[in-house]
Amino acid sequence: MTAISSDFSSVPVLPKWIVPVLLLAFAYGVVPLIGSSYLFEAILLPFLALSLAGVGLNILTGYAGQVSLGSAAFMAAGAFAAYNFNLRVEGLPLIGSIFLAGIVAAAIGIVFGLPSLRLKGFYLAVSTLAAQFFVQWALTKFSWFSNNSASGVIDAPRLSISGYALDGAIGRYLFALTIVTVLTFLAYRLVTSQTGRNFIAIRDNETAARIIGIPVLKTKLLAFAISSFIIGVAGVIWAFAYLRTVEPDGFDLDRSFQILFIIIIGGLASIRGAFFGAALIVVFPLGLSRLGGFLLGDLFDSGVLDMSQRIVLGALIILFLILEPDGLVALWDRIRRRLLFAWQST
Amino acid sequence: MPLPSYALGVMDASVYAPEVFARGLPSTLRQEQQPQGSGEPAGSVAAAAAPLLSLQGIGLSFGGVVALADIDLSVQSGEIRAIIGPNGAGKSSLINVISGVYRPDRGHVELDGAVYAQVPTQRLAHLGVARTFQNLALFKGLSVLDNVASGLAYKVRSNFAGQVLGIGLSRDEQRDSLSRAEQILQFLHLTAIRDRLVGTLPYGLQKRVELARALVAEPRLLLLDEPMAGMTASEKSEMAAFVRAARDRFATTVVLIEHDVGVVMDLSDRIAVLDYGRKIADATPDEVRNDQRVIDAYLGGASDNEGTSSNEEGAGI
Amino acid sequence: MIADFDYQFFIEVLVGGLLSGVMYSLVAIGFVLIYKTSGVLNFAQGAMLLFAALTFVSLVERGIPFALALVVTFAIMVAMGVAIERTVLRPLTNKPPITLFMATLGLSYIIEGAAQLIWGTQVHGLDLGIEDVPLEIGGVLISQFDIFAAVVAAGMVLLLSLFFRYTRIGLSFRAVADDQFAALAVGLRLPLIWATVWAAAGLVALVAGLLWGARLGVQFSLSLVVLKALPVLVLGGFDSILGAIVGGLLIGASEKLAEVYIGDYFGGGIESWFAYVVALVFLLIRPSGLFGQRLVERI
Repeated sequence: MTAISSDFSSVPVLPKWIVPVLLLAFAYGVVPLIGSSYLFEAILLPFLALSLAGVGLNILTGYAGQVSLGSAAFMAAGAFAAYNFNLRVEGLPLIGSIFLAGIVAAAIGIVFGLPSLRLKGFYLAVSTLAAQFFVQWALTKFSWFSNNSASGVIDAPRLSISGYALDGAIGRYLFALTIVTVLTFLAYRLVTSQTGRNFIAIRDNETAARIIGIPVLKTKLLAFAISSFIIGVAGVIWAFAYLRTVEPDGFDLDRSFQILFIIIIGGLASIRGAFFGAALIVVFPLGLSRLGGFLLGDLFDSGVLDMSQRIVLGALIILFLILEPDGLVALWDRIRRRLLFAWQST
Repeated sequence: MPLPSYALGVMDASVYAPEVFARGLPSTLRQEQQPQGSGEPAGSVAAAAAPLLSLQGIGLSFGGVVALADIDLSVQSGEIRAIIGPNGAGKSSLINVISGVYRPDRGHVELDGAVYAQVPTQRLAHLGVARTFQNLALFKGLSVLDNVASGLAYKVRSNFAGQVLGIGLSRDEQRDSLSRAEQILQFLHLTAIRDRLVGTLPYGLQKRVELARALVAEPRLLLLDEPMAGMTASEKSEMAAFVRAARDRFATTVVLIEHDVGVVMDLSDRIAVLDYGRKIADATPDEVRNDQRVIDAYLGGASDNEGTSSNEEGAGI
Repeated sequence: MIADFDYQFFIEVLVGGLLSGVMYSLVAIGFVLIYKTSGVLNFAQGAMLLFAALTFVSLVERGIPFALALVVTFAIMVAMGVAIERTVLRPLTNKPPITLFMATLGLSYIIEGAAQLIWGTQVHGLDLGIEDVPLEIGGVLISQFDIFAAVVAAGMVLLLSLFFRYTRIGLSFRAVADDQFAALAVGLRLPLIWATVWAAAGLVALVAGLLWGARLGVQFSLSLVVLKALPVLVLGGFDSILGAIVGGLLIGASEKLAEVYIGDYFGGGIESWFAYVVALVFLLIRPSGLFGQRLVERI
């Protein structure tokens, strides 16, 4: 970690809220007007869902220091819970289903977070795999969860909020954007609150945290609950707004790793990092397939694409861990500071 | 000696108004126990009262290796008590027993009249006990101010939802803990670096931030595990001044472990000497200095160390 | 129900479980070797196993004799182990263990991708020349292949134990496992030791890859065997070879018994998570595993 702000304190600093507000204005005001349906369907919707999942995992892993390999299970729990609330509870508004789905994911998160009270590091990481396999198994095995559909496939309900239909690409985009914005803002408030500081304290030195009186057990479970809530809602966006049709196998171990990679590449313990990481994870396969097709032509079939994607992704992870352990966010901040500094000294 | 005297007065309210820890004691008693003169030993003042901390027959071993053997120790309120001894004498183990990190095999710890077989670590802060660590135990990812404010986390009562929404109780708590942290930073001359990440600070300053984190809760008992380890001579005397000022300011009882004998001679009211897990002396600095057993076991054995440290001490003051 | 409990069937299930447990142990030992010396939980062990099996099968299919293919594959695995140590782990020395773990996660993606990019994604059969005819021993039917696998695994364990007990490098390995800093201080050559350990892990991956490949077919899902080994490690402790063996047997046996006797109550297919639950419940009772070292908190 390099020295912070003080070196460049002479550079005029914009208020912190300016950039997010401008981005939001752009996302709400401009993107719906100029975006193609490809942009929404293939890039922005998965980007929003994965960013939110990354924010959720970052709270648990980046801030509270508890490594989880079971994120996809909580996405699945959220998606299937929202589906069932929507299906089975008469007159419950969509937002209500989504909120309750988050609560269900949070409850499951607490159950699978219980081992964290005794286990650390690898032992905990491995034990979160139990959540991954158990949830995936249960959703496939018990057809009640998918309203008796074959192999557990569920179709998203019609999206509408107080009468406004949101089923078009733009509508689903605005729907996802709004949920992601609200939850991200709350997550930001959380990590800068006393509870957020307690998360970091437990991550950095659990013994010291216990001795100065931070309620370690309660705080860890809270981290699991909040993280799972957010990841669960991300699962709803993934299922309802992005794919529209999902099956439990779509939330497999690879998906969990994908979310973990998002926060490693984007930057651990950074809310912005989740968005940086998700952007890279969503865009790079598209870029890679274009590039491969351009260079190799027909040789670059979907199998080759899949394999080269794995290789590049794995290499990226290792490169980031070695060269930029604080992720894209740190890289971005350094470049920006340098630019500002250069601009100022001219 | 750089006594941060300007800080006096700023915080009068918080010195006398903190929550009443004392079981049955009126809070005014704390005020009486507070020594009036800044340099005067406090041990004599409270000599008549029951000890704040008392260890009886503490024994501890790790897989057959005896770390502590039959240790008795009694610390009066307001006292600065040093525990010295050669490496491996069991000093850190003793602090860990007092703070509940280790459970002693034998004996018990009496804190303010309550007897514990193992001090409940998670309630330590509520019992009015704070400690620092031999190897820094700061939260690297937090700023100096946040590290210090975390010393007040034990009494936060608002829940996360209130904090996220920034309503009522949580807002008051947040404001209160930040302002108290700021006061402590000022007291320990750390205000200039309040927004730095602690991981980026030099070692000596990190030690001081750790002291600040322990002090912010205004503990009645402050345990310092080698607060001056690895410091230069001038940093050491500065730290000693801060410890004394903290005792005077907050009426805190201090138990500190130190390797450097010279520094503690001037700082402490009484000194306990450990050797191979046994207590071989427990007396005033002057008596300890002349105790033949101490000289044999410790001072004699480490005469080089003693020599340099008293030189440093002389230079520092 | 109790009265006509079929003991013979029970014993068959139990023995079958124990024998497949040996296969789990074999994979787990690869992890333990690396964890003990460098504190890394090498998630890429499964990918290495896949790579070894795939390389071997592809060489044999191209007409290379069995023995030669074995030697060549082993050489490739050693080279891979050394390369991993050089390029990935050495730059990450002194990083937190969890960072190293994530690096091996990335590594597993690279190796899996590379294995299939080079050798293709189709399923290969692997015939080790063992007929899978059940043998009857003491009235109990036991798969011949399982016995063969168990014998090979036991041989592997014996070989590794002898290596670490009686060779110079093996003794240094144990010194490193005990205390890296002390080992550095007395001048043991850590890079050489690490390279050796990675080579040994490569050997384990090869043997495990061949046995598992012969049973399941050599294909992508072979790398998922790693997921079977993780609960074994959690149960036995990441740093104990004995723990890996006993843990493997326990998991193998309890998994098979549960599948046969209580699986129906859950609608079947519980083997995907049952081992994890067994390991978790056990861990809640003993946080450092069966034979793992108990940590004394030092502050």
